Amino acid sequence: MLTHNQLRQGTRVEIDDLPWIIVDASFVKPGKGQAFTKIKIKNLIDGRVIERTYKSSETVVKASIVDKDMQFLYGDGEFWHFMDPASYEQVAMTKSQVGDVIHWLKEQESYQVTFWKEKPISLTPPPFVILTITQCEPGIKGDTVSGATKPAILQTGATVKVPLFVNEGDRIRVNTKTGEYVERAKG
Amino acid sequence: MLNAPRGDWQSWQPSATLETLRLRAKAIQKIRAFFEGRGVLEVTTPVWLPEVAPERHQTPPVCSGGFLLTSPETCMKRLVAAGSGAIFQMGPAFRQGESGRLHHPEFTMLEWYRPHWGLDQLVDEVTTLIQLVLPVPAIRIMTFQEAFQSFVGADPFQAPLETLAEALNEVLRPGDDRPALVDRLFVQRLEPAIAPLDTVLILTGFPPWEPGMAELNPGPPKVARRFEVFFRGVELANGYQESRDPLELEQRMLTANAARRRDGLNPLPIDRKFLQAMEAGFPSCAGVALGVDRLLMLAFDKEGIDKVMTFQELPGSSSMDRSF
Repeated sequence: MLTHNQLRQGTRVEIDDLPWIIVDASFVKPGKGQAFTKIKIKNLIDGRVIERTYKSSETVVKASIVDKDMQFLYGDGEFWHFMDPASYEQVAMTKSQVGDVIHWLKEQESYQVTFWKEKPISLTPPPFVILTITQCEPGIKGDTVSGATKPAILQTGATVKVPLFVNEGDRIRVNTKTGEYVERAKG
Repeated sequence: MLNAPRGDWQSWQPSATLETLRLRAKAIQKIRAFFEGRGVLEVTTPVWLPEVAPERHQTPPVCSGGFLLTSPETCMKRLVAAGSGAIFQMGPAFRQGESGRLHHPEFTMLEWYRPHWGLDQLVDEVTTLIQLVLPVPAIRIMTFQEAFQSFVGADPFQAPLETLAEALNEVLRPGDDRPALVDRLFVQRLEPAIAPLDTVLILTGFPPWEPGMAELNPGPPKVARRFEVFFRGVELANGYQESRDPLELEQRMLTANAARRRDGLNPLPIDRKFLQAMEAGFPSCAGVALGVDRLLMLAFDKEGIDKVMTFQELPGSSSMDRSF
């Protein structure tokens, strides 16, 4: 149980039988009225954001949430399979659980799987992944300064904007948060 | 994070810039000159008293067997009862455990009393004063009930509790009564809805369950003759047509103490000298208190009151409510 002054940004809570993460918490009080903690919470399953207010006497249940680093094994079109490299335990996630991370899914790469009540609910990619370009227009030699870009399709099917000098077959580092090209991967 | 500790090596530094503090000093001078020009006498009353006017939802910090006042109201009214005429005071006020973007346990309050004035006159004066520091194009006056109907879509006095909970997108929780739901709607729906308005919004006719020391208007709807001033969704001032009835005021204090006990808070000793002054005779009077730090925060376009205050100290623990 969390009291109102333990409701802080980043804390994961269970409200209306669903898991949420607090994205903002503030102290509010109408002049003569009672004090509240107002929280903005993001649903950990479907991502919607709502607001709630709690008075000082109320408590909120802390969500029983576990994050595990797991390796992506393969997707079979219906499920995406991950494995705990320590215990070899495997879980299968649905397309909606994988969500947008599907653009950054690479076999052998490690992802954070979030479990709520022992069931996987969401997936977080590493901040950067290295992916191979499977399709783009030929590179223009020497153009490393103009800032112009062209679309490139990655091995995952995602499209990112890359500088003109980048070629098909190149491995590039992508920021998974912004979906932006960072640099060509070395080696 | 507003209250995040800065690195130890710079934690001695003020939370406002020196430039802001110079602007603050100018604004404070303007406010004093405003009252001087209107013949309102500046007074200084004690901030540390043995007895208070208990309120359900405001707790004064305990200090050596007495209390640091949440407002100078009782002493200032004793002055008015003694025949002071119009008076103002600008100084520290204290609220145990209130801490956030718009709250700090110690802040600067501007409070003034206008004997023989009605609320309308005082509303005019408050808005003139605000515009001296914070130029705003327009003023809009609505009743509390109208504001709820237009911004929340529910009547705070008559809608069934289920409707109020629905307006919060919630189901009724155990212990939810009308005051609790209306308070929640106020902070969760009304304040965000009025925040984008470019006008100063003045709400009048507050719920009778939170009368402060205001007179009641029997209605219907029965309301407290209070007003509050908002700009950008921030509550700036709270004014009353002052109740002059010592028995009624004593009853409200007893009721507040009973509610405090139910809420798990200590009851507070009732200010007897204040009640004696009321019995001796208090003129018809309108009074208002204004949060100076909030006004300056808006005037200087800062995101929190810490940015217009020198220092934000938190003596004792910041976990509050039940601490004494």
